[in-house]
Amino acid sequence: MVRVTHLIEQARSKQPSRLVGVGATLWPMVLAVAVGLLMYLLVGPAIGQFQSKILLVIGINIILAVSLTVVNGFTGQFSMGHAAFMAIGGYVAAGVVYYGSLKLFGDMNFAGGRLSHVGAADFVGPLIGKGDFLFLAATLAGGLFAALAGWVVGLPSLRLRGDYLAIVTLGFGEIVRVLLQGTQSQIQPWEAASLGKDAPVWKLPLMLGGPQGFNLLPTYTTLYWVWLWVVLTLVVVYRLKNSSEGRAFLSVREDEIAAQAMGVNVTSYKVRAFTLASFFAGVAGALFAMDIGAINPTDGGFQRSFDIIIMVVLGGLGSISGAVVAAIVITLLPEVLRDLAQYRLILYALALILMMILRPQGLFGVREVWDLALFKKIFRRGGDA
Amino acid sequence: MTHAAVIRRTSQGTVSRWLAMGLAAAVMAFAGGCKKEEAPKASGEPKAAQQAPAAPSTDPIKVGHFASMTGSEATFGVSTDNGIKLAVEERNAAGGIKGRKVELITYDNQGKPQETVTVVTRLIQQDKVAALLGEVASSRSLAAAPVAQRAGVPMVSPSSTNPSVTQVGDMIFRVCFIDPFQGYVGARFASENLKFTKGAVLYNRAQAYSDGLRKNFNEAFTKMGGTLVAEQAYGDGDNDFSAQLTAIREKNPEFIYVPGYYTEVVNIARQARRLGIKAPLIGGDGWDSEELKNAGDALDGSFFSNHYSHEETRPEVQDFVKKYQAKFGKVPDGLAALGYDAARMLFDAMDRAGSTDGKAVAAALAATKDFPGVTGKISMDAQRNANKGAVMLEIQGGQTKFAGFIPAPTN
Amino acid sequence: MTQFLQTLTDGLTVGALYALIALGYTMVYGILKFINFAHSDVFALGVHLSIVIASILGIKALGDTGTPPWYMGALVLVLAMLACGAIGFLVERLAYKPLRSAPRLNVLITAIGVSLLFQNAGQLPWAFGVSPRAWPTLLPDGELFSIAGVKFRLVHAVVLATAIALMLALQYLIFKTKLGSAMRAVSFNTRTAALMGINVNGIISFTFVVGSMLAAAGGFLYGVYYGGQMKQTADSMWVMLGLKAFVAAVVGGIGNVRGAVLGGIMIGLIEFFGVQYVSDQYRDAYVFAILILVLLFKPEGVFGKATVEKV
Repeated sequence: MVRVTHLIEQARSKQPSRLVGVGATLWPMVLAVAVGLLMYLLVGPAIGQFQSKILLVIGINIILAVSLTVVNGFTGQFSMGHAAFMAIGGYVAAGVVYYGSLKLFGDMNFAGGRLSHVGAADFVGPLIGKGDFLFLAATLAGGLFAALAGWVVGLPSLRLRGDYLAIVTLGFGEIVRVLLQGTQSQIQPWEAASLGKDAPVWKLPLMLGGPQGFNLLPTYTTLYWVWLWVVLTLVVVYRLKNSSEGRAFLSVREDEIAAQAMGVNVTSYKVRAFTLASFFAGVAGALFAMDIGAINPTDGGFQRSFDIIIMVVLGGLGSISGAVVAAIVITLLPEVLRDLAQYRLILYALALILMMILRPQGLFGVREVWDLALFKKIFRRGGDA
Repeated sequence: MTHAAVIRRTSQGTVSRWLAMGLAAAVMAFAGGCKKEEAPKASGEPKAAQQAPAAPSTDPIKVGHFASMTGSEATFGVSTDNGIKLAVEERNAAGGIKGRKVELITYDNQGKPQETVTVVTRLIQQDKVAALLGEVASSRSLAAAPVAQRAGVPMVSPSSTNPSVTQVGDMIFRVCFIDPFQGYVGARFASENLKFTKGAVLYNRAQAYSDGLRKNFNEAFTKMGGTLVAEQAYGDGDNDFSAQLTAIREKNPEFIYVPGYYTEVVNIARQARRLGIKAPLIGGDGWDSEELKNAGDALDGSFFSNHYSHEETRPEVQDFVKKYQAKFGKVPDGLAALGYDAARMLFDAMDRAGSTDGKAVAAALAATKDFPGVTGKISMDAQRNANKGAVMLEIQGGQTKFAGFIPAPTN
Repeated sequence: MTQFLQTLTDGLTVGALYALIALGYTMVYGILKFINFAHSDVFALGVHLSIVIASILGIKALGDTGTPPWYMGALVLVLAMLACGAIGFLVERLAYKPLRSAPRLNVLITAIGVSLLFQNAGQLPWAFGVSPRAWPTLLPDGELFSIAGVKFRLVHAVVLATAIALMLALQYLIFKTKLGSAMRAVSFNTRTAALMGINVNGIISFTFVVGSMLAAAGGFLYGVYYGGQMKQTADSMWVMLGLKAFVAAVVGGIGNVRGAVLGGIMIGLIEFFGVQYVSDQYRDAYVFAILILVLLFKPEGVFGKATVEKV
């Protein structure tokens, strides 16, 4: 109770000090582009193609884990359907890119520039192509649709307390899977000239491949795009955590009833957090689909959601840097164990159980890396924790 | 309130914290070291992988296999891998390819397309394989094919029957027939050999393979003058087919076409007999397995199309069945035979190509003609699909008997 | 009408199976307030262990004629329940007990870890392997009687009778014995129960053992009912069955033992009637749609009582 009052006072006192200026919105964009370029132009070529691929998957997992931190970590709600929002974003973006290419460029081939080309070394062409704008639009559309779905699911179910959101989101994920399996088969790339020409636009959203999955998408996702979005996600979530809204989120997590008594509209804050997290899950889905060049109905199932929850809990609920580190560890762990063949997943499961027992508060607890004693000692900085 | 106390800042447990963080650090350090470690571990010679093109001719030729070795569909991946292993072993015992041993690297993709892409990238970039074998499921072959195509590494799918797979590009091949042909085979056998005119269909709607066969069967059967009186579907993981079978029973068809896998067909057959349905079931190559005997007598008198019959007297078949039984202790199923054929066809192409260069091997693969495979004489057509016939097998007392041969389409 | 009654019979029988599994979810939730995601794997283990036990006892797999005497089947059931009970005990002691004071989310992740462990260990070649395994013939597969075309088979009777007997035994255990009072006390308020001299850890272990034994019985009866072959432990069908049972527990009011039984039967009936009379396309969706509707309009479950939240 004392802590909640403290948090809410912080929330009120922080309000005027919030920076609202052109610079505050602009510098994250610049930083994001810079980090994206750095990863793509310098780090990628330096570490080799397979390592780049892993770095890319790590980036997508960071977006997923950090966005879920907003729900599970900040507001203390428990969502088990994060992958479903990822799948929604992925399918929407895949549809926009695939059928958008068909309608705008006449076929479903890759139309991006160097920044979006996977094997950039042997690519001749401009840095940015017409397809890149389509891809960016598709990513945003995927995020927005996922956010909309998050809002629709969150509004009624976040009124409830405790584990119910978990169960509703679990059920929602399964329903999304079943519905996606019910879509019709896609127009294949080699049917672009025949079937694709006269297919009415309103029919296209129904042709998402069905059980077979939505395949042979042009691949645009490179280290550049992934890390650009990683930076954007991190900046947004970090600012949120330290804003008045963030303090209100944390107060909801610490004690819902006390927060409500202090005048925090609990449901509204929970829904806002959930919608925001869904947006980034949708973005991650778009990156995911256009990385593999395919997306399947089962990608939205609960098994994938579990993977993301594991990252959040392992990182320490509410710790952004913890989620980042956990996303890295969880992505690398199965890869490191790959040579163990069928014993790999058994070891992974055992590692998971041991981690939970040895370190129940996750790697960092609620704190960030820079709050750790060792880190402070080295860099001589104080934290607010 | 209990959930107010969900997270508590703890100052104790420092030891365990460092333990956990140490574990995490170790993982990362190991992963970083991966790059350097792997090449020597795999070949026994340092930096062998990087020098592959100019390597001395004694280095092993690496072939990658990606398959579902764990998860729901593990049984298919394991069968295929067994077939491939046998082919590799045989090849190495006979001196390898132009004096170079073949080294098989199998990675598990857990039956997931995303894992497939990671694994295939690893095989190509990290292990520098000369060629890829895989996958059973078309959805995973479709995820892998663009990666292989882009990297210029030939890929031979043993048993992805969806037509789209090889359309991805000129590096992608397969040794099995495709859905349209198999659907046609089932329809033709039902209509010409068995003289049936009234059929029903029960398929797995969540499975591309099953859905593909159903479409093509329906088309062919209606074209041949048959009528479909009922069409029912089930989903992945369903084990109760009573509602669908009851609906089919009401229409009283002469046979039921069930293009599923043996993992489901056994229970479908048993439940059908329980409901008093006497009509035979007809299916596709997904049925082929020793486990079919689990159906007891429920499948007696039913038929399925397959790539080969283990009873065929052709020397390739007898030889393969004998060796496989000796090594793995059971009768090889169709997937094992296709894995075996895919690997052998690839080795044959490598022999003829004279190098392990992707383009040369692909060209040799495309030129494959009348290759004597276990599953029949394999010739590549213009779409890089195997052009070959299918056999129809009848089930009696848990055993399969040869029931007919339907030749490849002549177009 | 015949169709309606047949669907009712089948739905009821499968609903009773869901109820058996749902009981395990609801009991653990009642006491530890967490969703035991490894429960569906204990159920799958029950199926596969039954097969192994039957083959050790020399009961022939399908295809051979003749069935063993009825008490052999009962023996398989009892042994499978004991084996799974022991596994449940070990899992609780080794994986969950060290986390007693940790946040519930951690226990949940551990449960996922245990689930992954069972699934993947189960498909090792020296465990159950990856191929489906034949269910042994324990009962003659015959019709018991049929009224107006509605077939009531022997397996219907056996499954229903065993499930009902087990559920009655559980009711007796929970509401009529001292151990049961202790379980209810721990579920109501752990700390107070401890102060009253109840061995809380012992009761929690006991709850896990009972839940796992019921899951094993559910697995055994599932095998008896469907027969044929059983898919490997990592197949998604087990998780899906477990989820449906979990939905049954929630619909019945999670933590409520009688609610779980009614919820299981309700879910079984909804699924069977939905598939029979609407379409099978959305088989899984029906169950989850019901779940969401129930949670939105009566979150405490159809058979649960609303509790007032105290500050």
